[in-house]
Amino acid sequence: MADDSHPHIDAHTGKTTTGHEWDGIRELNTPLPRWWLWTFYACILWSFGYWIVYPAWPLINGATPGLFGWHSRAAVVEDIKGLETLRGPADAKLEKASLEDIEKTPELLTIARSQGSALFGNNCAPCHGAGGGGSKGYPNLNSDRWLWGGTLAQIQTTITHGARWDADPATHTSLMPSFGKDGILKAAEIRATANFVRSLSGLPTEKDADLALGKKTFADNCAACHGDEGKGNKEMGAPNLTTKVWLYGNSLDDITQRIVVGGGGQMPAWGAKLSGEQIKALTVFVHTLGGGQ
Amino acid sequence: MIEINEGAADNGQFLCVCAKEGLIVTTSVAAKSVRPGEMGLGVVLLALAFIWIYIFSKAYTGAYEFHAALFVLASLTGAAGIVWRYDRREADTPLTIDGRPNYNMGPVKFLSLASLFWGFAGMTVGLIIACELAFPWLNFDTAYINFGRLRPLHTSAVIFAFGGNVLIATSFYVVQRTSRARLAGDLAPWFVALGYNFFIVVAGTGYLLGITRSHEYAEPEWYAIAFLVVVWVTYLLVFLGTLARRVEPHIYVANWFYLAFIVTIAVLVLGNNTEMPVSIFSSKSYPLWSGVQDAMIQWWYGHNAVGFFLTAGFLAIMYYFVPKRAERPIYSYRLSIIHFWALIFLYIWAGPHHLHYTALPDWAQTLGMTFSIMLWMPSWGGMINGLMTLSGAWDKLRTDPVLRMLVVSIAFYGMATFEGPLMSVKEVNSLSHYTDWNIGHVHSGALGWVAFVSFGALYCLIPWVFNRKLYSNLLVDWHFWIATIGIVFYISAMWVAGIMQGLMWRAYTPEGYLEYSFIETTQAMHPMYVIRALGGAMFLAGLLIMIFNIYKTLASPAIAVAPEASAQLAPAE
Repeated sequence: MADDSHPHIDAHTGKTTTGHEWDGIRELNTPLPRWWLWTFYACILWSFGYWIVYPAWPLINGATPGLFGWHSRAAVVEDIKGLETLRGPADAKLEKASLEDIEKTPELLTIARSQGSALFGNNCAPCHGAGGGGSKGYPNLNSDRWLWGGTLAQIQTTITHGARWDADPATHTSLMPSFGKDGILKAAEIRATANFVRSLSGLPTEKDADLALGKKTFADNCAACHGDEGKGNKEMGAPNLTTKVWLYGNSLDDITQRIVVGGGGQMPAWGAKLSGEQIKALTVFVHTLGGGQ
Repeated sequence: MIEINEGAADNGQFLCVCAKEGLIVTTSVAAKSVRPGEMGLGVVLLALAFIWIYIFSKAYTGAYEFHAALFVLASLTGAAGIVWRYDRREADTPLTIDGRPNYNMGPVKFLSLASLFWGFAGMTVGLIIACELAFPWLNFDTAYINFGRLRPLHTSAVIFAFGGNVLIATSFYVVQRTSRARLAGDLAPWFVALGYNFFIVVAGTGYLLGITRSHEYAEPEWYAIAFLVVVWVTYLLVFLGTLARRVEPHIYVANWFYLAFIVTIAVLVLGNNTEMPVSIFSSKSYPLWSGVQDAMIQWWYGHNAVGFFLTAGFLAIMYYFVPKRAERPIYSYRLSIIHFWALIFLYIWAGPHHLHYTALPDWAQTLGMTFSIMLWMPSWGGMINGLMTLSGAWDKLRTDPVLRMLVVSIAFYGMATFEGPLMSVKEVNSLSHYTDWNIGHVHSGALGWVAFVSFGALYCLIPWVFNRKLYSNLLVDWHFWIATIGIVFYISAMWVAGIMQGLMWRAYTPEGYLEYSFIETTQAMHPMYVIRALGGAMFLAGLLIMIFNIYKTLASPAIAVAPEASAQLAPAE
């Protein structure tokens, strides 16, 4: 309740209040804290300075340009130019050198792995994993088991043209038939074959498994691509079935499913997106991940 | 919709004095008649029900059909509610009883309890998505609970549902007490309280069903917004109407802040929702703006939602509950005037700092950044006024955990409003933008400031309006410490994660190539995500303690007469 003629004095601080009171709340007549006021002024002053130096206030056409004509796009162009100056000579060296020379020359190898690592992270990691470890259906690039070959030239070909990528005429094309879906094999034959495939790498089979039928079915239907002993064929992208590395898993169900459905994974043809020099760097990077041949 | 019962007290009334409690009960002998507001709102609600039945019959999608059904149900329930209330109410609602204001605390009670419910819901969803970020399989490949749908549910539930209910509850309380006047309107305050909560239900269920405008913090579609605008304008009128009938010669500072919050939110929502529905039978709409214009309008909205909802609104709470609880005068009236107007003027310019290094013209980025810097001191004005009000009452922090909560909230407010201008500087922003540093910054403000000042206010408000003694101060103490440690876990994890993320994104090898792939930065942040989820779980645990404490408080017997009948009830313990 206002009583302006007799200002209320706060007992604790000895300061006067404004004289008003709302639901028991009063307000002291304290002046603005000096440090607060001067910092506020300083911020305003700094802003005025910033407006003079940088583009700031809109006009009818464009805006005030600032003292030095700074422009964020010009800044980006400059940054990119800086990177190009750094990368250009190195890229030219990679361009000229053969894949083998790049791997043998420490300086070139460092450049190729640095560039390859960045390219791998942006383009390959979503399927093959950040470290190239792969996952179910996506090949592990760290092991020495290769679907389409693990030499420098083979890796370069696979990256450039991809696998089962229709847009590229030179892509890897072979496809496993859908033995079950298309009615090529009967259920009993598929079961027997799946058991036989497990036996190739020493995995236990079902007690009542007809391994003889499996062996015969394998010889008649699978050996053409996977080889008589199941050791695979890199020309066809047919996996080696005798090792511990399994693209789609090694349980009886996993193997049965592959025989029923068939097919194979797809990989884009990176030649359409990356330059030849970038593919070289990527090839060397993948080759040196640990599984290169 | 607002009916002011001027002169209601002149109608035939007689007073009955209960000797035992000194309680004054007003009874009316005037004949009861249907008020124009009851008739009007009833007709409007019935018309609304018919419109939505029609929309329901032709809706394009099942999700929209569901919302149409919700609107029909809510309109009919509202109409039935008016009849139900008519049967039970007195013929007249006097503005004053025995010369003292006849406060209307019903909506305040509802809103304060609703805020606890939404706080629990919103923070639980927050914890779920924090866990999903740390362990993505936790979404169980279910569309309804994936991160993309739950994230807006979390943000809207904590900001607009929890925060909004606290703001409306406290504003209805504070404007009455500091104006010494009954809330304006008869049905209007209830329409605001229930309508706002219905809007939240429509918005929230929409996100889960995939109805969204895909604008951050502005996801609700056109029909939800249209309804919200009606509710919000009613809110503004109730607030202004109450101020207009005030007995005090001046308007208290808290009410300036509430008014700035209400008016600006209306302007922002209208500006950012200039859109055209595909059809009234479709939930989908298209905004008028596109490209960088849309982005600019969105962040003009988004930043000022922070400025006027989460800052101005909660400063209003601070300006009432801190001096009230500390029983000390506000530190400086002059500071409150200067920082209020500086804040209002400067905040509205700062939005472009959300769009640094984008297609937004450089000049707009400069203005966004410099106005953010100038905003630093006006923001801190509120902190100084809050903290310095404690001078002469610092000893109370030892004994009153509620006051401690309020004071710590002001400290977090000061920290977040320093960090904000810092992050708006382009050089800092080039590191912090798009990283989890933003999440840390937002949560130091959201948990430390907004939620803590809300908890503090609710610990005061609920016992006051329900006339109960708070069940346990010890439990408030537990709430305070568990939640504070939770905040520290949360924000420090996000600072580390964000700065690490920013540094990893910009790291180049000496050969000039990016050193890390995106997925490597994600893997590196995993431990921080786990710590963040732990911090969030602690904060939620604190809220559960509070809900238990409030439940026990409400279950205890009343300590005094009902506030509606007693205007001068001293609220402080």
